[in-house]
Amino acid sequence: MIPRPKPERFRLRRTMMFMNAQKPGLIKDAYIYGCDSIMLDLEDAVAENQKDAARFSLYHALKTIDYGDTEVIVRINGLDTPHWQEDIRVCVAGGADGIRIAKCESAQDVKTVDAAVTEAEKEFGVEVGRTLLMAALESPKGIMNAYEICAASDRMFGVAISGGDFRKCMQTKPQPDGVDMLVARGQMLIAARAAGVQCFDTVFTNLDDMAGYEAELRQNKAMGFDGKSLINPKQIRLVHELFAPTEKEILQAEKIVRAYREQSAAGVGVFTVDGKMIDIAFIPGAERTLKLARACGLWEGDLV
Amino acid sequence: MIIQKPAVAGTLESSDALVSIEPGDGKIELTLTSSVMNQYGRQIRETVLETLDRLSVTDAKVSVVDKGALDCTLKARVECAVFRSCDASEKDIPWGGVIR
Repeated sequence: MIPRPKPERFRLRRTMMFMNAQKPGLIKDAYIYGCDSIMLDLEDAVAENQKDAARFSLYHALKTIDYGDTEVIVRINGLDTPHWQEDIRVCVAGGADGIRIAKCESAQDVKTVDAAVTEAEKEFGVEVGRTLLMAALESPKGIMNAYEICAASDRMFGVAISGGDFRKCMQTKPQPDGVDMLVARGQMLIAARAAGVQCFDTVFTNLDDMAGYEAELRQNKAMGFDGKSLINPKQIRLVHELFAPTEKEILQAEKIVRAYREQSAAGVGVFTVDGKMIDIAFIPGAERTLKLARACGLWEGDLV
Repeated sequence: MIIQKPAVAGTLESSDALVSIEPGDGKIELTLTSSVMNQYGRQIRETVLETLDRLSVTDAKVSVVDKGALDCTLKARVECAVFRSCDASEKDIPWGGVIR
């Protein structure tokens, strides 16, 4: 029995890799790849007649395997299936860090899951509120209701878009410039930031198109995503490289935070650093850069 | 638990095991084949028998074809097969009770 520490609602989640909970060969050593989170899947990866077997397998994996610092999230079956309630029971009993709600369309969906999780926490003697939630938005309705979904529960740490289903609903296909999902990604990001939760992009499914993958990651970073959903370990490294702040960004952030502290102590509100105007509005961004740099192992200062 | 009908759980993929169970003749009859029989045969047999004992299964014919499964996988497959044989594998599983 491996006791897991209480999950942190906000932590580094650059990479979240999907794993079929029914495949013992995959889940037994999922932590070695170094992704921030693994997503053990009870939903689409598991055939309809193996849902029961996947839960037994998941329970023992959660109880036996030491995943270390890798966060363990479980994707449960949709609320329109006969499976989700037992899925929640096994997640809570096994001590998963969080649950991903598939096909989430409304705040009520989150509240329904939240209530079932609370009930399971009481049933299995788990601290109420321990189990985190995230929602996957897979339909136009989910995107339209994104803010209410993000703000529906104190357990919510983030929201992700699921490209396959969403594009199907929108009658489009992946485009090299990402225009097919630009508005949806943007709306979800605004909703997540407004609600104060994290935001994750969909999977990139063509494993051979590394150039296309890199272009999508660069766009993700430029748009402000916290992380990416992945389907293969070979996709991990590039995300960690691209999402990490550059050396120049770190130095700049350090300079800004230091200068701000000195100037504000001297009663100055706006000033310049390397020829650029800086005021209080720049400080949260600079501090976030430093925290991210520290989390990525690139910075060891004590400014933040 | 009383084994009511034949049931199967697992696969023949690497790191997995295929467990079949059916009503017995008054005792546990275990047939085991394993890709790692020489190294781990005894331990696999013990894990399977312990799991059946925990589920109070005392009367069954059990066949295990092991492909190098970890203990936690063996337990999961045996438990699933037993619960399936009682039509009880889909809900209200006693997680943390007899399943542990």
